[in-house]
Amino acid sequence: MNGEAKVKAPKVAAVAPKKKTKPKSLDKRKARMGWLFVLPFVIIFLTIYVPIVCNSINYSFHEIVILKGGGYDLDWVGFDNYSNALFVDPSYVETLVTGIQNLLFNIPAIVIFSLFMAILLNQKMAGRTLFRAIFFIPVILSTGIVEKIDMNNSFASYYGSGESIDTGGESSSKASEIISSVDIQLLFRNMKVGQSLVDYVVDIVNNIYNIVNKSGVQMLIFLAGLQSISPAIYESCTVEGATAWETFWKITFPMISPMILVNSIYTIIDSFTSSSNQVMTYINEVYTQSGGNVLSSAMSWMYFLLVILIIAAVAGIISAFVFYQRRD
Amino acid sequence: MNSTKTGKVGRKQERKAMKVDFDGKLTQAQRMKLKYFSGFFLKKVVLVIFRLVLLIGISYIVLFPFISKIAGSFMSPEDFVDVTVKLIPKYPTLTTYKAIIVENNYLKAFLNTFTLSLLCAVVQTAICTLVAYGFAKFKFKGNKILFFAVIFTMVVPHQTLMLSMFMKFRYFDVFGIIGLLNKMGIVSQSSINLINTYVPLGILSFGGIAFKNGLYIFMLRQFFKGVPDELEEAAYVDGSGTFRTFVKIIIPLSVPMMITVFLFSFSWQWTDSFYTNMFFTTDGTYLLPNIVSVPKSLSSSSFVAQDLYNSAIKNTSVLLIIAPLIILYCFCQKYLVQGIERSGIVG
Repeated sequence: MNGEAKVKAPKVAAVAPKKKTKPKSLDKRKARMGWLFVLPFVIIFLTIYVPIVCNSINYSFHEIVILKGGGYDLDWVGFDNYSNALFVDPSYVETLVTGIQNLLFNIPAIVIFSLFMAILLNQKMAGRTLFRAIFFIPVILSTGIVEKIDMNNSFASYYGSGESIDTGGESSSKASEIISSVDIQLLFRNMKVGQSLVDYVVDIVNNIYNIVNKSGVQMLIFLAGLQSISPAIYESCTVEGATAWETFWKITFPMISPMILVNSIYTIIDSFTSSSNQVMTYINEVYTQSGGNVLSSAMSWMYFLLVILIIAAVAGIISAFVFYQRRD
Repeated sequence: MNSTKTGKVGRKQERKAMKVDFDGKLTQAQRMKLKYFSGFFLKKVVLVIFRLVLLIGISYIVLFPFISKIAGSFMSPEDFVDVTVKLIPKYPTLTTYKAIIVENNYLKAFLNTFTLSLLCAVVQTAICTLVAYGFAKFKFKGNKILFFAVIFTMVVPHQTLMLSMFMKFRYFDVFGIIGLLNKMGIVSQSSINLINTYVPLGILSFGGIAFKNGLYIFMLRQFFKGVPDELEEAAYVDGSGTFRTFVKIIIPLSVPMMITVFLFSFSWQWTDSFYTNMFFTTDGTYLLPNIVSVPKSLSSSSFVAQDLYNSAIKNTSVLLIIAPLIILYCFCQKYLVQGIERSGIVG
């Protein structure tokens, strides 16, 4: 790239020799064009976003008094909002802990499930387009207001349950039906893998609807990753006599591992910024209470810091195992 | 004992001989037998069936909420007390739809949301493409820091910024310019109230910092990185400028990806209730999330299954909200998969 630029630079000089100022090198002009391309983001980021973020941090140390003439005043209260959130508020800490537990519980489930589904959907078969179309429906439709209404949908659970009004979530009753008929729990217990793992798998089966709903984008990312693996590698594998199992662990898994990192981080971000997240719901509730707006700021900044820590930890752990194919 | 063994070996050899038959001496029936009565074929069939069952099962899980919503939307109050009614109503009716469309002002909300979503989606797609192209193809100072800023906007949940974002647009003022004008007596207010207008979302979209825009920029950047540099260099050598190259060469290439981003931004803006709740007060612009309420003609306190009925009514309004999206999705899903497949997102 650099060599080419050097070759081209004299050409540029030859085009405009009369100008007194020395013409900029191609690299420099390209850099300037780059700035032009990202300019809209830079302007709005600096004028709107940065002040918003700073204000939000600032507000969490203040009390807001709205003036009648159109404007507001801030009263400095120090760390009061933070200590209120942690020690006075009755259920913040509890919600936080369960929220983070759920988050940690959901990451492996969603990542493994979406990887599995992506591999299935990547195989050649009849009706692949149809299945893909169906699987990506939740990405488009189960967001925002739809997701909110689905969260406490007594109708679906009633007509999904078969016999009586069920207080459980959307289709948990369906899943438990399947479980009772197959008796997964018994099956797993006989495999002697430990109670906690059994509970984990059973919980995943119970939550399958949520997991399917949340793994749309991840599935897309995995699919893209699978598509980018060169078919020649698989071909040589079959020639060498590797089984499908070996091919998966020796080829697909290492090649897809950067995507696992991306997806784990995306899953964390997505689930903690989504409006169905219980901590966020709680913070939203607090926001609407009188005088709760600054408190909610403090709460969400604490939550944010915690999640950043989790992201850093997860990224650190996974990137130790990520295999990067050397490119260019 | 011995004879059976030799028999087995003999059969094995026969089979082997059949397998390496290159001269086409075998009859059709023998060939069929070889093809379909083998462990390999059996394994394949079992795998295909297993896969199909799994896919259909999960598709059912995805589709079930919609099926139950559609079923509920046609039910009349009698169906809710009837225990024998499961998914197919005995007394199908359209009153629920009628009541929501007429009493809850569906058309007005639809038009408002359509304008807003289209505006946001078009602006976001255009801006994200520009910004992503800048990040993918140009090396400039601060490139990495700026991209980190993009990731930062994606990571910080907008709920965290709810209060200050509201304050920013309620008392809108950039660098105190309006305050200054106020002091000079040109404007009567010290700040502008942008609540209940499309401007806040427009500004956020224009900067590529609206809902999930970080993800779009990331996706598009990965896509552009996959586009070979030689393409642009060829255009540059032929005397095309950067912008012209971008418009004439890069944009046509990235249409599937842009449609994907458009689809995402349009539908996520369409179903969004967080921003619309924040930037639009209830008595202001009437948007689709506002139609989710029980129409007066359908609510009664004496009805036994009112809770269930209310839930069905809400589901019906959800159906009405997502109906345009389903139509859009039918047209765009081809590009969705295509666009993502070509992006080759790598770490």
